[in-house]
Amino acid sequence: MPRESKDLAAPSEITPTALSDVEQPPASGLNVALSRLHPGLPVALVALGLAAFLPALVQNTYVVSVAMQVEILMCLALGLNFVVGLCGMLDLGFAAFFAIGSYTTGLLSVDSHWPILATVPVAVVASLIGAVFIGTPTLRLRSDYLAVITLGFGEIIQNIVTNLNQTGGPEGISGIAPLSVAGLTINSTAGYFYVFLVLTVLFTWVSYRVRRSRLGRAWLAIREDEDTAHAMGIKVHRFKLYAYMAGSVYGSITGSLYGAAFIAIAPPSFGFSESLLVVMAVAMGGIGSIWGALLGAGVVIASPEIFRQFATARLLVFGFLLVLIMVLRPQGIWPETGLGLERRARSVARSVRGFARPSTRRSGGRAQ
Amino acid sequence: MTALLATESLSLRFGGLDALSGVTLEIPELSLFAVIGPNGAGKTSLFNCLTGFYRPSSGSVTFDGHDITRLPAHQVAALGIRRTFQNVRVFPRLSARENVLIGAHLRASASPWGTVFGTPGMRRRERALADEAQHWLDYVGLGDKANVLAADLAYGVRKRLEVARALIARPRVLLLDEPAAGVSSVERDELADVIQRTWESGVTVVIIEHDVELVMQLAKTVAVLDRGRLLVEGEPEAVRNDERVIEAYLGRRRR
Repeated sequence: MPRESKDLAAPSEITPTALSDVEQPPASGLNVALSRLHPGLPVALVALGLAAFLPALVQNTYVVSVAMQVEILMCLALGLNFVVGLCGMLDLGFAAFFAIGSYTTGLLSVDSHWPILATVPVAVVASLIGAVFIGTPTLRLRSDYLAVITLGFGEIIQNIVTNLNQTGGPEGISGIAPLSVAGLTINSTAGYFYVFLVLTVLFTWVSYRVRRSRLGRAWLAIREDEDTAHAMGIKVHRFKLYAYMAGSVYGSITGSLYGAAFIAIAPPSFGFSESLLVVMAVAMGGIGSIWGALLGAGVVIASPEIFRQFATARLLVFGFLLVLIMVLRPQGIWPETGLGLERRARSVARSVRGFARPSTRRSGGRAQ
Repeated sequence: MTALLATESLSLRFGGLDALSGVTLEIPELSLFAVIGPNGAGKTSLFNCLTGFYRPSSGSVTFDGHDITRLPAHQVAALGIRRTFQNVRVFPRLSARENVLIGAHLRASASPWGTVFGTPGMRRRERALADEAQHWLDYVGLGDKANVLAADLAYGVRKRLEVARALIARPRVLLLDEPAAGVSSVERDELADVIQRTWESGVTVVIIEHDVELVMQLAKTVAVLDRGRLLVEGEPEAVRNDERVIEAYLGRRRR
């Protein structure tokens, strides 16, 4: 209660900050930049610095290739984060866009000898068409129904590529040309590790920007309360479609480069289990949180590899870990509301003070 | 004075229940209009019809001379009609500032290029908008709560946050659904002050309220609904002493 009365005492006629900002001399650029730093940024920069030297440090193709798979899942998780995390729509068929990207690039590269980079825009357009085609009629559905429809979409795409002769049937496509950028042909695992590192950084940055824009806020409003979002003037159905489209762009670009990195692609890589892996990464990390999606992807890919020492029991141990995370931290490893370290420190400080000097009410209760 | 927001024999039926039947109201521009009535009288249903949340079964709603009866809620909002909700619907897992910024959805920059790449122009416009959000938070006395999650705010404080979220859109009409319900008396006075200042700044305000004191203190015109019908409309004092109103609230006097 004392906290509340303090709120009320707050003066209601404060000069608008817009005005006071104008009157103040501009603060030094460095200070402004420091004050705007995201708390996750230092962590991210350290991780990025380590990642940049990883291939040189470990000199181990296996480790580098696992790290690359982590990056691929990070890119996908960032894409799904628009749909599931920000907009609150459960999408169980996200691998469909990954497949559309991979196959578009694969077909154009193998059959028409297009350079990989030139296939990326085509892949993006193809996935956008898929997103609009599936999204327009279905995104009006809520939660469970949407999950079933997207699941179906994922299955349809996988079945199409499995059964069409043009896509190579169950064997898929092989002999996809390597990526070449500015005359530099990339054909090593370490090379693709860096390609996906760049992509992850780019996707993270764009996600971060979008999260802080009108678009990101509209998605969050829809997730939090769809009816109220309407009352804010948000065209809910259109913005849901935008979320789905944004996710599809991330999925298909990742898919394009995946094709180039692995030379061969086949239908099993684009099934329900892949979709589920992406959902898991987003949920583990913390729904809606960019850092969470990145961390979640790391946990989902790296832990089964670390558990190899348990041999056949490794997936059991992995499953147990996932359950454990969800039980202990249902909000995810790094939730969007932050790690809450400050809040926790404050509450610890409060309880310590409480022990040292018990409140009057508590002691009064004991006396009675 | 011409009517800014008006209904013409508005009826709303849910199965066998007449939530509203033949309500004709004229809310003049720049008025401070109150709708009162016992529970279940149809006050919130009326608001929902005015803001595009419900489609009335018959009758029409006009705003500034245009028929808005069948417009969806987001288009009604775009015309400059903003509302708060009886059961306080802030976005719980977002900060107070973000809640207010979402209210400014239609005024925020939508440039795709700026959204994706955060161009300097975009950042500047976003900063200006954030400053304005801070202004509205200050306006309702929540200046120091900008970074607090809406879910962590007290009930009465969330009500004021809803008002700030509506005001940043610079609405022509503000509809407040029971702003003082469940709010402490100190907060009630603060809220009354916010409503008064908002009305004085040239916003047409319509409030649904149970708190008769608040209505008498603020409203210039009062309409009384009872069982979906418009019972009386007039000045607060006249309404207060009207036999029919007393009867609707307290039941028929025994003779």
